[in-house]
Amino acid sequence: MATNLPMAGTTANLNSIGLSKNDYRGNPSTLCQGCGHNSISSQIISACYEMDLAPEKVIKFSGIGCSSKSPTYFLNRSFGFNGLHGRMPSVATGALFADSHLRGIGISGDGDSASIGMGQFKHAIRRNVPMVYIVENNGVYGLTKGQFSATAEVGLRLKHQGTNTYMPIDIAWEALVGNATFVARSFAGDPKQVKELIKAALGHNGIAVLDIISPCVTFNNQDDAFHSYSWGKEHEAPLHELSYVPPAEEIMVEYEEGEDKEVTLHDGSVIVLKKLDRDYDPTDRSAAIDVLEEANSCNCLLTGLIYVEPDKPSLTDLYELTDKPLNRLEESDLRPKPETIKEINDLMF
Amino acid sequence: MSERIVNDFSITVGTVNGSGSQTANTTILRALFKMGIPISGKNLFPSNIQGLPTWYTIRISRDGFIARREEHEIVIAMNPNSFARDLADVMPGGAFFYADDIKLDITRDDIVAYPMPVKEIVRSQDIPSSLRDLVANMVYVGILSQMIGIDHAKIKQALDFHFKGRQKPIDMNYNVVKLAANWAAENLEKKDPYFVEPLDKTDGMVMADGNTASALGAIYGGVQFVSWYPITPASSLAESLHEYLPTLRKNDDGKHTFAVVQAEDELAAIGMAIGAGWGGLRAMTSTSGPGLSLMTEFVGLAYFAEIPVVVWDVQRVGPSTGMPTRTSQGDLTFVHSMGHGDTEQIILLPGSVNECFEFGWRAFDAAERLQAPVFVLSDLDLGMNQWMTEPFKYPDTPMDRGKVLSEQDLEKLKGDWGRYRDVDGDGIPYRTLPGNTHQAAPYFLRGTGHNENARYSEDPDVWVRNMERLKKKYQTAKQYLPKPIAHNMAGAKIGIIAFGSTDAAIKEAQQQLADDHKVKTDFLRLRAIPFADEVKEFIETHDQVYVLEMNRDGQMHQLLTLAFTKFAPKLVSIAFNDGLPPTAKWVRESILEKVSTLAKEVS
Repeated sequence: MATNLPMAGTTANLNSIGLSKNDYRGNPSTLCQGCGHNSISSQIISACYEMDLAPEKVIKFSGIGCSSKSPTYFLNRSFGFNGLHGRMPSVATGALFADSHLRGIGISGDGDSASIGMGQFKHAIRRNVPMVYIVENNGVYGLTKGQFSATAEVGLRLKHQGTNTYMPIDIAWEALVGNATFVARSFAGDPKQVKELIKAALGHNGIAVLDIISPCVTFNNQDDAFHSYSWGKEHEAPLHELSYVPPAEEIMVEYEEGEDKEVTLHDGSVIVLKKLDRDYDPTDRSAAIDVLEEANSCNCLLTGLIYVEPDKPSLTDLYELTDKPLNRLEESDLRPKPETIKEINDLMF
Repeated sequence: MSERIVNDFSITVGTVNGSGSQTANTTILRALFKMGIPISGKNLFPSNIQGLPTWYTIRISRDGFIARREEHEIVIAMNPNSFARDLADVMPGGAFFYADDIKLDITRDDIVAYPMPVKEIVRSQDIPSSLRDLVANMVYVGILSQMIGIDHAKIKQALDFHFKGRQKPIDMNYNVVKLAANWAAENLEKKDPYFVEPLDKTDGMVMADGNTASALGAIYGGVQFVSWYPITPASSLAESLHEYLPTLRKNDDGKHTFAVVQAEDELAAIGMAIGAGWGGLRAMTSTSGPGLSLMTEFVGLAYFAEIPVVVWDVQRVGPSTGMPTRTSQGDLTFVHSMGHGDTEQIILLPGSVNECFEFGWRAFDAAERLQAPVFVLSDLDLGMNQWMTEPFKYPDTPMDRGKVLSEQDLEKLKGDWGRYRDVDGDGIPYRTLPGNTHQAAPYFLRGTGHNENARYSEDPDVWVRNMERLKKKYQTAKQYLPKPIAHNMAGAKIGIIAFGSTDAAIKEAQQQLADDHKVKTDFLRLRAIPFADEVKEFIETHDQVYVLEMNRDGQMHQLLTLAFTKFAPKLVSIAFNDGLPPTAKWVRESILEKVSTLAKEVS
C-alpha cells in the first residue's frame, strides 16, 4: 500500500506527532461538487490533525450509500471497512474488540441508518460502542438518484417522487431515547462547529452520535427543503458556541465565569460551551428532551451538543479485556494449558 | 417367561414437556453408562416450553451400536395425552410401565403391563408440593431399576453429577428411587425378558453433547470473539461458551482474553463476528437454518473480502421455521454456495461429539489460514443429545494464524505489499491487522470490486483475475481440511458415502448387510468440502456409490455429481428426512432396495 500515499513532513506545518495535514487526507472525492459530505470529510481531517491523532490508531467504518463512500476521502493511513447497507454498526462493534485502544469513526447516512440500519443503529447506541457515529443526513437517497429517505420532512417535493407524506425519523431523537451517551446535531454549512463536535466526539468514551445535516446538492437542495444549504444557513440556531480543549491543555478560549459551561470528558479533555442566547446544560437529560421537542416545532435548525454523559463505561470497558490488544495475543495466551483437558473431561460424565 | 434378553433393547419414556423428566431420563442413561453398557439417548421434544408430549429413547447395545432404533421394547407412560400412542408403540412381548393415575384401559394382551403408583409414592415422602411433580419422575427410575437391574450406586453417582454434589436434592430424588424400587420388589412380578448387566465397554469414555463439545473445542482453538443470537438447536453452543470461557480463559490478573456478545439478531451476530475476524480475532457465531438465511448477505461479503470467521450451523428441519426441534442435514447446498454471485464456501462436517470438539479448534486454523468463512455443519441430534465418546483430545497441532504481516514484516518488505496479491501462488493473499502501526499497513476493505491493492476497481480484467484467484484458493483449501474416513470391508464393490451424524446408523447397517444379506460395503465418511482427492478415488474404485443423507433432495449427491460429473452414473442418492435421526434399518433397506432395482435394470 505504499503507493499513492501522501508524503509526510513536506510542509512546515506539522502537528505534535510530526504529521502534516496531508498525512490525514484521503483519495480525491468522487462525490458531487459541493456535497455536504465532502465538507464533513475535510473537518474530520482537520480534527484528527489538530488532535495529534495517529491515523493508524483510527478505524473507519461505513455502510452503503454516498455517505458510506466518503471514508475513502479522508485518513488514507487508517484501516477502513466499507461493509453492507445498514450494517456498519455490527462490523464496528466486532472490530473494536480487536484492539480497544483504537478509535472508531463510523460514517453513515440517513438511508443507511434510518431505514435498513435502524436496528443496528439503535443497538450500537444501547451498547455504548466506543465510536464516533456520524450520520450525514440529507433526506434523500443520492446514489440511487433522488428517492425520499426516512428523514425527509412531510411535504418535501422531489423531482420524479412527488410529495413525501410520511413522518420523518429524527436521528438525534432516536439516539437520545436509545440512551446514547453523546448526541449532537450540526450542519455541514457550519464547518467550525462540525470540527469542534468531531473533536469532542473523538474525546468521548462511548458512542457519540452526530446528526449532521449535509445537503445533497444534486437531489435535495431546493431553498425550502429542510436539508438544503440555504434553509440551513438561514435557520441555523446554535445552542452554544463550542470549543474542544484536549487533555492537559490550558483553557485559552475566552471564558466568562458563571456564564459558560464546561464538560469534562473521560480522558480529561474539556468541552467549553460558550453561552449564546440561552442557558443550556447538555448533561441534563430532560433539558435535552425539551430542546429536541422544541427543535421540531421552531422552524429552525437547532445545532450543538444536545446531550453528553461522559462517565458511563463503554462497551469494551465492560468486558475487562487484557491491556494487550486482543489481536496481539498469541497461542500461549489463548489456548488453555494441556493439563486442563483432563479436568474438562472429568467435568463431562 | 421367555429367554432373558440382556443389554440389547430400547426404553422409551413418554412424559409431558417441562415436567422435569429430563433429569430422570439422563439419570437412567448415565447409570447404564457407568455400568459399562454402551448406550445412546435421543430426546424427541416439541417446540414448546411446557405441556406438549415429549419422548426420550435410550438404546442399550452390548455391541456398541448407538443409532436410533424404531422398536421400543420397554415403554414408560407418564403422560395421559400420549398414553394410547405409547401403549401402541410397545413391541409385542415388551413391557409397558404406566402411572396408575392414568385411568385408561390396557387394550393389549401381547405385552406385560406394570402399573406404577407414582402419586402415592411421592405423597408418602415429605416433599415440598412445588417439587412433587419433578421428583415424581424418579418413581419410574426406581421401578425400572428394580425390574431390569440398574445398579443403585450408579444412579446415585448420576444424581450426584446432575445436582453437582448438592446433598438435599440428591437425597430427595434418591430416596424416591429407592422407595419406588422397594415397592416394585414387593408388588411387581417380573414377566418380561429384559435385563441389564454390567459390562466393561464404556471404560475410559465420557458422555457429552455435541454443542458442549463444539464450544469446548472452540475454546481450545483460542476463540476470542463470539456473537450470537438465540435459536434452537444452537443456543446451548453459545451458552456453553459462556459457561466454560471464564474459567478456562481468564488471566491470573482477572482480565479476559475473549468477549461474548449476544446480538440483536443474526444479521448483527455475523456482522460483529466478521468485524472481529477482520480485526484479527478468532471469531465465531453459532446458529441454525433461519439464522443462516439472515446471515447470507454478510457471508457473501466475507467470502469476497476474504475475512476469517467460523459459523456453526446446528441444523434443524427447514425450509422456513420448519421443525425447530428435529434434526436434518438440509442446509448443505445452501451453505455451499451461500451468497449471491459466484461463491463457494468451505464446510466442515463433524460426525461425532469428539469431532465437534476437534473441529471446534480446527475451524479457526482453517478460517485464518484460508482467510474465509468456515462453516461447521453439525445437527440437532449431534448437538443436543448425549453421546458416549472418547475423551476430548488436546489439539495436536499448534495454532495456524495464517498469513499476517506484522510491523517487522512490513519493514522488511519496505512497505511494498498488497492485500490481495497472490504472492505464493496458492491464491491466499497476505493481510495486516488494525492496530498495526506501520504506515503501509492500513488498507480499506470493501465488498466492492477491488484490485490487488484493495483499491476500488471496475476493470474487467482485475475482476476476473480476482475471482479466479478465489477459485484457486478454494482448491488450495483441500490440503488444510480434514480428510474423509474410510470403513472398508475386504472385497466390497459397493460404496457408501455419507457425512455427519448418520455415521452410527451406517456402520450398524454395514454389519447387518454383511452378516444377514452377504452384501459387503465400503463406507467413506466425508469430513469437509471442497472434496479431498480421496473422494474421487473412492468413487472410481467402486461399482456403485450410495450417497446417504438426511434431506429430501440428496444435496450431497448433487454436490458430488457436480464435482465428479464423469462418475455421475455411479452415484445413487438415498435421501430422506422426517426430522428423526436415521436408523440402521432405513439404511439397510434403502441400500437393499437400490441394489435389487439396479440388478433388475442390468438384467
